[in-house]
Amino acid sequence: MISDWLQKIGHRLLSRFSRVGRGSLFLWQCLLSLPYVFTRPMLLIRQLFYVGVQTLLIILVAGVFVGMVLALQAYIVLVDFGAEESISLMVSLSILRELGPVFTGLLFAGRAGSALTAEIGLMKSTEQLSGMEMMAVNPMKYIIAPRFLAGIISVPLLTSIFMAVAILGGFFVATEMLGQYEGVFWSQMQAKVDFYEDLMNGMIKSLVFGFVVVWIAVFEGYDCVPTSEGLGQATTRTVVHGSLAVLGMDFILTALMFNV
Amino acid sequence: MARVAEVTVCRAVFDKDTIISTDISTGASTGTSDILVQVRGLSFSRGNRKIFDNIDMDIERGKVTAIMGPSGTGKTTLLKLIGGQLKPDAGTVLVDGENVHKLSPSALYDLRRRTMGMLFQSGALLTDLSVFENVAFPLREHTSLTEAAIHHLVLLKLEVVGLRGARDLMPSELSGGMARRVALARAIALDPEMIMFDEPFTGQDPISMGVLVKLIHDMNHALGLTSVVVSHDVSETASISDYIYVISGGKVIQQGTPMEIKHSDSLWVQQFMGGLADGPVPFHFSSEPLLADLMKGSVND
Repeated sequence: MISDWLQKIGHRLLSRFSRVGRGSLFLWQCLLSLPYVFTRPMLLIRQLFYVGVQTLLIILVAGVFVGMVLALQAYIVLVDFGAEESISLMVSLSILRELGPVFTGLLFAGRAGSALTAEIGLMKSTEQLSGMEMMAVNPMKYIIAPRFLAGIISVPLLTSIFMAVAILGGFFVATEMLGQYEGVFWSQMQAKVDFYEDLMNGMIKSLVFGFVVVWIAVFEGYDCVPTSEGLGQATTRTVVHGSLAVLGMDFILTALMFNV
Repeated sequence: MARVAEVTVCRAVFDKDTIISTDISTGASTGTSDILVQVRGLSFSRGNRKIFDNIDMDIERGKVTAIMGPSGTGKTTLLKLIGGQLKPDAGTVLVDGENVHKLSPSALYDLRRRTMGMLFQSGALLTDLSVFENVAFPLREHTSLTEAAIHHLVLLKLEVVGLRGARDLMPSELSGGMARRVALARAIALDPEMIMFDEPFTGQDPISMGVLVKLIHDMNHALGLTSVVVSHDVSETASISDYIYVISGGKVIQQGTPMEIKHSDSLWVQQFMGGLADGPVPFHFSSEPLLADLMKGSVND
């Protein structure tokens, strides 16, 4: 009875470790394949469109609303202390340091990550990847590397767009709904927000999140069991693991960046 | 002037009479003892299940070799082992004298480009590319031909499979038979020495099946290709093959020319080739006698 239980646990642990090993080897091969993408820029441009441009709408809409809600919440808290002119500070610091990169990472995992996994998984189940190998074309170079690089490039760009529209959303609420002067809003931001400490740290976070999410997404697609059930599970894992990885990495990076 | 000459050559190659004459010349030029693929002592297992147990096989250059056996005997796995997509537990696979599983990844890709083409059961066409682009894909990846040359070559390859008119269609607009023919055109795009056909006749209507049988036969003879056909469609495969291996239970249980296989003494082979419902492979999946099973009652009783 106990030996069965131990065997089951051992089996699960072994399969987890072998998965981590496969994932690491996959990443290594993917990095080695990246130079190929520069010889075929059209592959990258096409993926930038699918992965980046097509995620833009959800990023814009989410960004505006997050900024607006933050401004309202900031007002509710700050007005009690007579510090409502600091709305812009609260909105911009929250967005630049945390919410911009984290929200973009989560939305990217849900929108583009799941699509990448499903696409690559379907290519595997319809033998397109095998077919490519037999035509002596390495799918790591032709399929995986362009998607991987497109993800890493897209996420920081999407994050910067999210940050911009969220601050504009906060600006709209502060000035149009709450009657704050435009000059107060911008001057507070200009005085207190640091380019390197706040903006660049946020961008570094977004780069790391992009790397992790797109790695999980392409690996899950490439490693999936090529059946409809396996593909469904792989897509779910991309969203769940990708989102958890973003949140976990956010904690680690925040602790490192802000010397807590 | 050059273009006129090119078109003339193309016409000559695909003229029916020329195909017959090429047939005779290739038949004469290829020696019967010339082995392209040599499989020795090959063993492979998945989990606890042994798929192949120490099998030997020779595939002759310029011939159609069929690998037959019931579903689930690992015929497709064998093609993947020959193509180097899977690694065996033991044994060697030599393709054109090179041990497939000892090659570096780049050498393996080079060997595949030179000698192998594979036609997958599903066709494995790239779904985001048109028919034309699918056939052009290996040419664009492996050659530095001009756009005009690629255009000519693709049209010629599509002409061979009778689908030149379908060049602008997307794979989703093709029937199963057409998809396989496009995949065949793509497989011959780089003029490989050998093409491996994975269940080419499965799920095809009689007309598509007839077209595929004719194509495999004609291409083998006209282009001097070595063909490996994995199938369980007995009559179609036997009609075009020069040599047949019958595998079951992880072993080669019979080999020979179609005539030898047809007249085999083995009851198993007779059951398989004749499509008989009962024989050495029983109709019933193994279970206890029916009466004993009924007397036990249902689980809920």
